[in-house]
Amino acid sequence: MRLPAQTAGAPAAAAATAAPAVAEGAPAAAAPPGPQGGLEDRIARFATIWGRAIFPVTATSLTRPEFERHLLPLTRTLAEALHARPFDAGVAQRVGAELVAVHCTDPEALAGTLGVIESYLVLYCGSVAPAGPVASGAGGTEEYRSRCARLQHGIAAGFARALRERTLKEQEAIARSALTARIDAQQALHASEARFRAVFEGAAVGIGIADLDGNVLEANDALLQMFGGLEGHVRGRKVSEWGHPDDTPHVWRMYGELVRGERESYRVEKPYYRHDGTVLWTNLTVSLLRDAEGVPQYQLALMEDTTERRLLNLRLRYEATHDALTGLPNRTLFFERLEKALSGAGGSRFGLCYLDLDGFKAVNDSLGHSAGDRLLVEVADRLQSCATGPGEVVARLGGDEFVALTTGSDTEEKVTDLAVRILSALSTPIRIEGRELTVRGSIGIVEGRARERTPAEVLRSADITMYRAKAAGGNRFEFADAEADARAITRHGLTNALPAALERGEFFIEYQPLVHMHDGSVHGAEALVRWSHPQYGVLGPDRFIPLAERTGLIIPLGRWVLEESVRQARNWQRQLGGASLRINVNLSPTQLHHPGLVADTVAVLEKSGLAPGALCLEVTESALIGADDELLEPLRRLAALGVDIALDDFGTGYSNLANLRRLPVSVLKLDRSFTQGMQQSPANPVDVKIVEGIVALAHSLELAVTVEGVETGAQAAQLRALGCDTAQGWYYARPGAPDRIHTLSLSDAVPTPAPSSTFS
Amino acid sequence: MERPAWAPPGIDISVPSVSRIYDYYLGGSHNFEVDRQAARRAMEFMPGLPKIMQANRAFMRRAVRYAVDQGVTQFLDIGSGIPTFGNVHEIAQAADPESRVVYVDHDPVAVAHSQAVLDGNDRTGVVAADLRKPQDILTDPEVTRLLDLGRPVALLLVAVLHFLEDQDEPYAAVARLRDALAPGSLLILTHASYEGIPLTEEVAGGTVGVYREIRSPLVMRSGEQIARFFDGFDLVEPGLTSMPGWRPEISAGAHDLEAEEDPYAFSGFAGVGRKA
Repeated sequence: MRLPAQTAGAPAAAAATAAPAVAEGAPAAAAPPGPQGGLEDRIARFATIWGRAIFPVTATSLTRPEFERHLLPLTRTLAEALHARPFDAGVAQRVGAELVAVHCTDPEALAGTLGVIESYLVLYCGSVAPAGPVASGAGGTEEYRSRCARLQHGIAAGFARALRERTLKEQEAIARSALTARIDAQQALHASEARFRAVFEGAAVGIGIADLDGNVLEANDALLQMFGGLEGHVRGRKVSEWGHPDDTPHVWRMYGELVRGERESYRVEKPYYRHDGTVLWTNLTVSLLRDAEGVPQYQLALMEDTTERRLLNLRLRYEATHDALTGLPNRTLFFERLEKALSGAGGSRFGLCYLDLDGFKAVNDSLGHSAGDRLLVEVADRLQSCATGPGEVVARLGGDEFVALTTGSDTEEKVTDLAVRILSALSTPIRIEGRELTVRGSIGIVEGRARERTPAEVLRSADITMYRAKAAGGNRFEFADAEADARAITRHGLTNALPAALERGEFFIEYQPLVHMHDGSVHGAEALVRWSHPQYGVLGPDRFIPLAERTGLIIPLGRWVLEESVRQARNWQRQLGGASLRINVNLSPTQLHHPGLVADTVAVLEKSGLAPGALCLEVTESALIGADDELLEPLRRLAALGVDIALDDFGTGYSNLANLRRLPVSVLKLDRSFTQGMQQSPANPVDVKIVEGIVALAHSLELAVTVEGVETGAQAAQLRALGCDTAQGWYYARPGAPDRIHTLSLSDAVPTPAPSSTFS
Repeated sequence: MERPAWAPPGIDISVPSVSRIYDYYLGGSHNFEVDRQAARRAMEFMPGLPKIMQANRAFMRRAVRYAVDQGVTQFLDIGSGIPTFGNVHEIAQAADPESRVVYVDHDPVAVAHSQAVLDGNDRTGVVAADLRKPQDILTDPEVTRLLDLGRPVALLLVAVLHFLEDQDEPYAAVARLRDALAPGSLLILTHASYEGIPLTEEVAGGTVGVYREIRSPLVMRSGEQIARFFDGFDLVEPGLTSMPGWRPEISAGAHDLEAEEDPYAFSGFAGVGRKA
């Protein structure tokens, strides 16, 4: 009779542990007040009550109906145990374990379960079929109550045992997982540390780690090698001991900022002393290493050895700024120095000597380039010894042009002293290949205040002034002055004006007669080109032919001269009734190499109608020194056509006389230096012997001999006596306009006691 | 300083782990005292935390079943934690034995545990990687071995995005993953929020404080912010909802969700989106 009371009490028992929904809903709505229907139906209803009671405290992800279906077989097990004979409380332990298996691990789930069984198991599952084993016995109700209690004990024990098993298992599983993860992490750490070690040890850059007090803790091999390979000189030392006088001032400021944590990294070029005192140059990057909390811990240095690269750079810089031949600073470096001097503080001054050797070309042409080079080296050495004061520098601008710069105070006095020293240093003859060569130079001096002119302007002025010194006879210095500069003809300006001058017809030709020595008759004339410059007046070939050679304008200019001269020669022939007046035209070395030489010459001759035999092309001896067959071939072809080839300036080129046989020449033009010794009377006997020998040699080779520079009657007489064939010089006639030749030829007016002559 | 890829993070079990705390909320014993201490402190502010986890677990279960129903049998579960029970592969492989599942977590203990649990199941894989580096996940050999990215994949970001702070660029990470997925792929997502919690924001904020202390900051986002994670996806019915509200399995005789479920279960948001 306690059952109804228990029914009423059941919700209270369940409510003690269950959620409110169950406390209010279970008895009223879902669970019927008393057992009705068949056993299966009642078992299902019990499972529903049970599910409602404990579902809220489970962690299952099942829905409640699913969860209740899970409880159905458990309820059936309990119902069967209530009636089983013999009674076996052990099955209840399985029920407890099953609850744990479906994640009812919360102790409240056990309390709720026990409450529901206490209240409802006998009510819903106790009165089984009329033939039920328990009910048929006496005191059936008491027996159910007793069995129900023992089933609860079993469930509690089973639940506790399963929960303990599960807890232990899971604890073990998670502990093992933590251990596995830790071992994995350690192995990975070992592996990564091994890799890091390999990187550290094998790195081509030096790596060092120091603490924030500067104590070096670690240094790799590359770093040790950089410092000379001795560990003791790196490890255990302090970073601050590695100062070097060439450290940039901010290196140590940045270092301080870094170790104080105010800077994350810096990068500098830094020198170090090795233990042997040599200097190591590095590209250094220092970084601050912080711990996980961001607190500065270490400094990491990465360094790259740049010593070699630096040396190479220095060498390249040296090579780029020095003349390879003389070792003097070159144009580049000189301009840097000059620029610096000119941009100096206001009031500071500078003085500049621009030196050009007199007659260097002749040395080069006659003795060859290697001798010329040796001469330049010697000159460079002497110049260097002249400019040893502070702020003084000597440079070679190219060729035989040198400059000396002096800066500081009193430059006006100092630059004059410098020029005097230079000329004096050059005055001692220089011995080259057993010869004593006297070297002279012309110096242009520019002196002035800084910040007034550009380097180019200063150098232009110096160049002009140097030419003035040269024009005044050389072996001297001149001071620049603005007026002279303004008047000066610069090579630069002339070079630029050349092409237009040819187009505008600013060139003209003067003709100097060539006279037969034996009778004083006019043999022909040498064509000499002049430039009628609109600003500077008439300029001789020495002023512009070298420029035309350099720019290549010599080819069209040379062609024009040839055309004009040949045309003129043909005119003379017509005017003189077909008389054979010859025309000599100079060929420059560049023209000699020009592939169109033969074709152009033939074309010019054909166009004018002049016979090839009336043309003589003059080639300087130096242009043919060492000439190979390829170079000689055009001359041979011209000679084969009948054109005469004259070897000009003969005797200045030190050519191999035996070589004369190879050359397609028919005339030797003796250099004026041989005839100078015959201007006085009696003639220099050595010169006489030399000329006599040359003439004999020439005649034996069937070459005619022409002498230049004949200025006096005595000279003329002497040369005639020596057997020279033709002559030219002021004694006979100065170069002049073409009609003067015409006149001369007609009159044969030769100012010497010469036999009357006729045109032949 | 950024840790080089080849230097693994250390294992420090004296630091609480969110996956072990989660396990504790779900009644598991895969946790240590530090985890339980943190969990208990959080529960001082929000006693119903286990209910939230349970609802989260139940949502995931329904969503995985939904995915299989839709024919999607490849799963990429990022932030999988410690598989106590009711895991994706159990649910998915119960519905379709051919289902393939890759679990991803950045907690090395969770990964080691997953490997032990999943040992012998050759349709599942475990990857140690971080959602913050989606490219690492997409190129992992386990991912490429098990999943065919040319076919639809169900991407699970369940209770994980709220551990990514804005500076971790969570939207970019999701977008990167989305771009790697085939059309028809599903995004299954839950996210913590102050919305729906049956407490004042001040009280609930205590829990956020606990997570901040254990260096796993919990980022509460609004429904609107959470919806943005579905950019490029079409939310399937019923859209972004509470966890219990997403396609509940109606139990006989109980249609009233509010009455059925614990009030805490309605904290935060859940949703499933389909990539067009």
